[in-house]
Amino acid sequence: MKYLLMAYVNEAGFATLTKEQQEQGLAAYGAFMEAMKKTNVLVGSNRLQPSASSTVVKVANGKSQVLDGPYVDSKEQIGGYFLIEAPDLDAAIAWAARCPASSHGAVELRPVWDMGALAA
Amino acid sequence: MNSHEDDELARRTAEAVARRSYGKLVAFLAARTNDVASAEDALSEAFAAALAEWPKKGCPANPEAWLMTVARRKLIDVFRGSRRGEIASEELQVMARRLERAASEAERLSEIPDQRLALMFACAHPAIEAGIRAPLILQVILGLDAKAIASAFLTSPAAMGKRLVRAKEKIRQAGVPFRVPDREELSGRVETVLDTIYAAFAEGWSDPGGTDVARRDLTEEALFLARLVAELMPEEAEALGLLALVVHAEARRRARRTSGGEFVPLAKQDTGLWDSQMIDEAEALLRRASTLGSIGRYQLEAALQSAHVHRCHTGQNNWADVVQLYDALFAISGSPVVAINRALAIAEVAGAEAGLAAMPEVENDARLAEYQPYWAARAELLSRTGARDEARQAYERAIGLERDEAVRRFLQRRQAAL
Repeated sequence: MKYLLMAYVNEAGFATLTKEQQEQGLAAYGAFMEAMKKTNVLVGSNRLQPSASSTVVKVANGKSQVLDGPYVDSKEQIGGYFLIEAPDLDAAIAWAARCPASSHGAVELRPVWDMGALAA
Repeated sequence: MNSHEDDELARRTAEAVARRSYGKLVAFLAARTNDVASAEDALSEAFAAALAEWPKKGCPANPEAWLMTVARRKLIDVFRGSRRGEIASEELQVMARRLERAASEAERLSEIPDQRLALMFACAHPAIEAGIRAPLILQVILGLDAKAIASAFLTSPAAMGKRLVRAKEKIRQAGVPFRVPDREELSGRVETVLDTIYAAFAEGWSDPGGTDVARRDLTEEALFLARLVAELMPEEAEALGLLALVVHAEARRRARRTSGGEFVPLAKQDTGLWDSQMIDEAEALLRRASTLGSIGRYQLEAALQSAHVHRCHTGQNNWADVVQLYDALFAISGSPVVAINRALAIAEVAGAEAGLAAMPEVENDARLAEYQPYWAARAELLSRTGARDEARQAYERAIGLERDEAVRRFLQRRQAAL
């Protein structure tokens, strides 16, 4: 099954770290990604630009609305995502626990809706 | 005293009784009915009644007996009312009578008999799926909720809740007995109870040096259970061995992190921070276990802890003894976790190359691919042989697999020092 791991982090936190801590933190993410690649778990991943750069679009009754994001205003925002392949929820939780974001923020995981199964 | 203080006193008293007697009350109620879930429901209603009544009328002289009486009445009400249609109500009547007789006997003796051991044997019964035994014991003996248990075992609270319900159903429907097994089958069954407590305590060895036991969220609970089992079965060598192991590990807890929260491996720990009273207790337990003449996995693991402590205290090289202990442990368990630690010990005696040769191969056991201590141990040995690139890669994997931030930083420092 595929699961989307969403890393919620305090965006202001990174800037308060020393340069050394920042490097160590990024290296930890690098090692996490590497471990997922080596065990054929990782399907895709991206780090996102800060939520200040986000834009929200809505269309209702033919009228469009474009707003400055983020959509949900909170201290912790999605800083990136990992799409993984895991045999079951417990295996996905094990990977979420290894994600450095679970130590300094939170990781939300959602199973991906398998549209292929629907079509078949 | 104002009402707020009354509430507070009632809450504190109820909490204290819950910690001390929860399992005892569940065991007493469930042993007569084979129905753990109903016993827990009745008990939680009794606790709710206590919180409502005690602030008004004052805490009873014997809160445990008060809770038992209320819970028993609620349980009998359920049975008499036959809320469930699936069992013949006559059977329920029999259970209700059995429960009433036992309760009046307990009241006469003014003591609730301790049947927690029987309850633990039921929870760790071979008919119960192995993976749910430890969560089940944590819930019924200590009253932990499914949410807390799920967190500790890294699984979803909803799924954990369902599995616990299913296991209790199984106990009831299959008629899993609430009793301590007879002498002939006792030793095998004791093992499953001890393995269950061990599972609550540690899922392996998280120390990259391979010598320190992982500290999980449930150490305190596991220590309580190990103490309880050793107390209730003082002639079982392995029960004493398990307690010795847990006490040894707990004795070094304060030394395992710096004040700044950084991980400290065993060899670098300040032995002054170790709890010498606990170490003495563990050693005494291990000595007593050895007089009972039946060696086993937990005594060997405790003996290893003892050997590590002795070496750190005296500076005396005892790695050859350690290798022997791991040999014996590996012969019993065949576990890859033991093989990894054995390889690390061999490296201390015969050099890093020999240690690497003794390491299990990931090709033969796919679980190792995701097992952090395996990669940390490999990295350590590779770095000693001067294979820097391979060591760096092994550290990289270990860092990516670790979930404790402090251990991750420790591994990153080791990698940077290559």
